[in-house]
Amino acid sequence: MDFIQLAISGLAQGCVYGLIALGFVLIYKATEGVNFAQGDFMMMGAFVTIWLTNAEYLGINFWLAVPIAILIMGILGYLLDMLIIRRMFGQPQIALVILTIALGFIIRFAAGAIWTHEPQLLETPFAGKEVRFLGFVLGFEEVAVIIVTLLLTLFLFLFFKKAKLGKAMQAASQNQLAAYYMGIPVKKIQSLVWALAGAVAAVAGILFASKGAVDPSTGLLGIKAFAAAVIGGFGSLPGALIGGLIIGIIEPFAAYALPAGYSQITPYLIMILVLIFRPAGLFSQMHSKKV
Amino acid sequence: MDRIALKIDNLESYYGPIMAIRGVSLEVREGQIVTILGSNGAGKTTLLKTISGVMMPAKGTIIFNSESIGGLEADKIVKKGLVHVPEGREIFPLLSVYENIILGAYTRTDKNKISVDLEMVYEYFPILQERAKQRAGTLSGGQQQMLAIARGLMSKPDLMLLDEPSLGLSPILVEEIFTILKRLNKEQNVTMLLVEQNARVALELANYGYVMEIGRIVMADKSEKLSQSKDIQEYYLGMSTAGERGQRRYKVRKTWR
Repeated sequence: MDFIQLAISGLAQGCVYGLIALGFVLIYKATEGVNFAQGDFMMMGAFVTIWLTNAEYLGINFWLAVPIAILIMGILGYLLDMLIIRRMFGQPQIALVILTIALGFIIRFAAGAIWTHEPQLLETPFAGKEVRFLGFVLGFEEVAVIIVTLLLTLFLFLFFKKAKLGKAMQAASQNQLAAYYMGIPVKKIQSLVWALAGAVAAVAGILFASKGAVDPSTGLLGIKAFAAAVIGGFGSLPGALIGGLIIGIIEPFAAYALPAGYSQITPYLIMILVLIFRPAGLFSQMHSKKV
Repeated sequence: MDRIALKIDNLESYYGPIMAIRGVSLEVREGQIVTILGSNGAGKTTLLKTISGVMMPAKGTIIFNSESIGGLEADKIVKKGLVHVPEGREIFPLLSVYENIILGAYTRTDKNKISVDLEMVYEYFPILQERAKQRAGTLSGGQQQMLAIARGLMSKPDLMLLDEPSLGLSPILVEEIFTILKRLNKEQNVTMLLVEQNARVALELANYGYVMEIGRIVMADKSEKLSQSKDIQEYYLGMSTAGERGQRRYKVRKTWR
């Protein structure tokens, strides 16, 4: 009984990690850069939604607030790339790393200044409800998190498999120059990838905030999601999600079984083990370019 | 056969501080195949990149179908019917062959005609239909080159820029690909600007040829005349006309120097 409860709540937490990791991988695949502010994007998505829907702020209907928040984060992602990231083109990788870390700080402090540093909860219509399933009592939020993550993953899978834009994104990431030659507007496509990463982060933030309080430093769990992305193999979308699930599931069990404090180490321990024994990650898409 | 498809005037283009194209002027007439010969570093690829909008021209004009396209972004130029099939194939390795071909039609919205053109492309390159579901990175070099040409065709170009389609291919494959290029030119009325180091096959295929050296056009004539020119024979076709006691190569001054 305990076991199942722990596994479900771990799974739900893992979904959030997985979604943030998905954002890392999306941007990495499209631009070969790592966005270390992805966790802070998630936090910001959560706060934007709280701001839209909570009674003490705007108090818009939850179901209306969610798409608006996703849209806002998408637009922010797009603008970020268009106005700032694109200008880093041709600079060494480390410049983008530093830039996004700094960006994370800015988002964190801005969020603190706007919404205070107090932990806040997203008011959802399903708060506190329970689902009874085969004799188990599960939090509705946790079930919702898992279902939404599955749906979003399915959507992304179909998007990259079927949609013209999804294919163009893959093409631009696999061979930027050739994409140019084919008339694919690569710059715009990259901005759209950032928009997509922003939207995914917003979904992760909404899910996270619906099952626990957020404060501006919540974004730091992006580091854990980064570990998840590394475990999954940094170029693989399903890998990122599974990496997140692995970390999410192991964490509560580690907290249950190990002395206090040690459970925090487990995600990174797994990451180090993966890096030692399978350096390309669990689900790497290894390919060598023919010359 | 007489309308001018592409006209370049006094084009200059830089790679950073290095002037790679030093005032090039040339013309391609509709339905023609024009070739640009030249050794490594002559600026042929840079010239094509500048025409297709991947690089920006510093000076000069590029007129395509009586419209100035100098300095436009690559995607706009593709829409106008000018496509660049790059050197070294440059396919999308992880996408399937079919997806690669379809991405060639990215700028088009006429779905019905796209599927007609897909059939047409498969007719010219039956091997690609056979391999349609395979990842493009697993194709052989020759098949990848065919894929690159097929992908270029899907944009329904009036003018195709081909950068060394013979690169790294066996003579039989070169023959095969050049035969297909000739058919495409005749049957689909695709005008071509072909950059080649393999001067023999290029001059056989083309109607007209330019010779480029260190960023300049140094010679221009009909292909038949070029193949008969002594300098071309010696430096590009590898025929040695002089006997054993003839002049040393390095002492000979080319006609254009």
